[in-house]
Amino acid sequence: MSGALLQLTGVGLAFAGNRVLDEVDFAVPERGIVSLIGPNGAGKTSLFNCITGFYRPHVGAITFGGHDLRRLKPHRITAAGIARTFQNLRLFREMSVPENVMSGMHCRTHAGAFGAIFRPPRQRAEEAEIRATAAECLRFVDIAGDWNRVATTLPYGHQRRVEIARALATRPRLLLLDEPAAGLHGGEKQELIALINRIRDERGIAVLLIEHDTGLVMKVSERISVLDHGVMIAEGTAKEIQANPRVIEAYLGQEDAGADLEL
Amino acid sequence: MATDDRPGAGTTPALARLAGPLAALADNAAARRAGIVALLALMVVAPFVFGEYATVILTNALLYVVLALGLNVVVGYAGLLDLGYAAFFAVGAYTVGILTLRVGVNFWLTLPVAVCTAALAGVIIGGPTLRLRSDYLAIVTLGFGEIVRISARNMSITGMASGLSGIHQPWLFGWHIATPRDFYYLFCVLAILAVAVSVRLADSRLGRAWLYVRYDEDAAEAMGIDRVRVKLAAYVTGAIFGALGGVFFAVNLGAISPESFSFTQSVLILMAVILGGMGKIPGVILGAMIVILGPELLRSLGELRLLVFAVGLLLIMLFRPSGIWPGRGRQQ
Repeated sequence: MSGALLQLTGVGLAFAGNRVLDEVDFAVPERGIVSLIGPNGAGKTSLFNCITGFYRPHVGAITFGGHDLRRLKPHRITAAGIARTFQNLRLFREMSVPENVMSGMHCRTHAGAFGAIFRPPRQRAEEAEIRATAAECLRFVDIAGDWNRVATTLPYGHQRRVEIARALATRPRLLLLDEPAAGLHGGEKQELIALINRIRDERGIAVLLIEHDTGLVMKVSERISVLDHGVMIAEGTAKEIQANPRVIEAYLGQEDAGADLEL
Repeated sequence: MATDDRPGAGTTPALARLAGPLAALADNAAARRAGIVALLALMVVAPFVFGEYATVILTNALLYVVLALGLNVVVGYAGLLDLGYAAFFAVGAYTVGILTLRVGVNFWLTLPVAVCTAALAGVIIGGPTLRLRSDYLAIVTLGFGEIVRISARNMSITGMASGLSGIHQPWLFGWHIATPRDFYYLFCVLAILAVAVSVRLADSRLGRAWLYVRYDEDAAEAMGIDRVRVKLAAYVTGAIFGALGGVFFAVNLGAISPESFSFTQSVLILMAVILGGMGKIPGVILGAMIVILGPELLRSLGELRLLVFAVGLLLIMLFRPSGIWPGRGRQQ
């Protein structure tokens, strides 16, 4: 898949001799919605961490919009246009909802100590822009009211959406969602599917998600990749994946996952 | 979260009574304004009401307000444990001492030099250390504090163990800052500036970034924040506050010696920050006041005073572990 927005080629990662990822090839097209699934411990989150710079792959290439990401630190990768959410909520505790979302604008703004102390017009304009973007991102994920609450006191589903708003505030071209449906009930999952589609349709942002809820994955994804024991065993549309014998085998190997692939 | 910050939570009745009005001050904008006006008025009349001895003590307390607010940027905002903060205080004081006495530079010209020296020292110490995670900074700063003190003791330019004396009192547009009352007002201005700068830093892109990094480094990085750079900014900002405190400390006393910049000094400033409530400006001011005025107010107890003071501090930490000042009410 040449011309992909995100391209991983032959990525390998090992911890203390244990292979976590083995020659993984993977791509996300511009404006695509792609899911990464696989049994527990397959290496999905490790792959995320390689893309976002938290882990350094030992071999292979990762390019984003044609630029090599491998030597970049996480904050540079975010600045390059990849935003993420976390599997376990990682909102900034004791800070309000907008303050949390404003963190995303950090890499798009510049004011330092001098600006903070002397407040020149440029700093004031920038500060207004940060607040406006945060408000706009919160409206986009449909969090209204209780803005001044501490983010971590919101209901769980709302906290998930605040995390997405915070990631959107970095103005990404690619959004990585790490198990965004975990802990959500049925109605909230429908809203999440709608939100993911809106992120792509209205903002032109490509979305890559890791998700255990196969039903949600089948509904929302255009392409699905399946990772098992660090190896990419399948790639295709929802229909192709459901019919793939290697995928079924990988899932049946799991004790509890026999029914996972059914819709 | 942070329910232990709530006014009155887990306190003894006596401390709860103290926390009540404090919480009102923290929550209510009108009450806060009234409190600030009353405090400013008190600052102006204090030398006339309390006499010269108290003026000297209050001047010292105001110095600690400046130092504690500076360390608060490092410890309270950015969450970095700095155990050698007195080193920057020393850098400021010795810069003035050396430049005015040995080189003959005008006092006010030493200010930018002290600021630059402290910033440079901050970058040299913080630059490599802040890349590491966890509490390496505490160990390195502890060592740095001792290195500065011991160097000052052993170098002839810093006057060895006896230090430097005869530092001239400065003139400011025809005002010779000489009497204790002059210095008191000078330190009032410094403390007010330190508060204003702290308030503005807290409410800014950089101030928020300090909190993001303090609360969750990984999440902050994932949001595009360069954690090393942001921490270094906090460390250097704190260094500059400390150096400015040291500059005015030197001209106030007219003499400095290495023992003014001991580990105990660093701990005292850190105590002011933690006691009042890390990251909370009024709390830090209160902490500095308690640390300096507490032992003075207990002077009538004679030799027992430090013991009583220490027990008091322990009780405060036991019943209000996140500091005396209540947390931000709107967030509870």
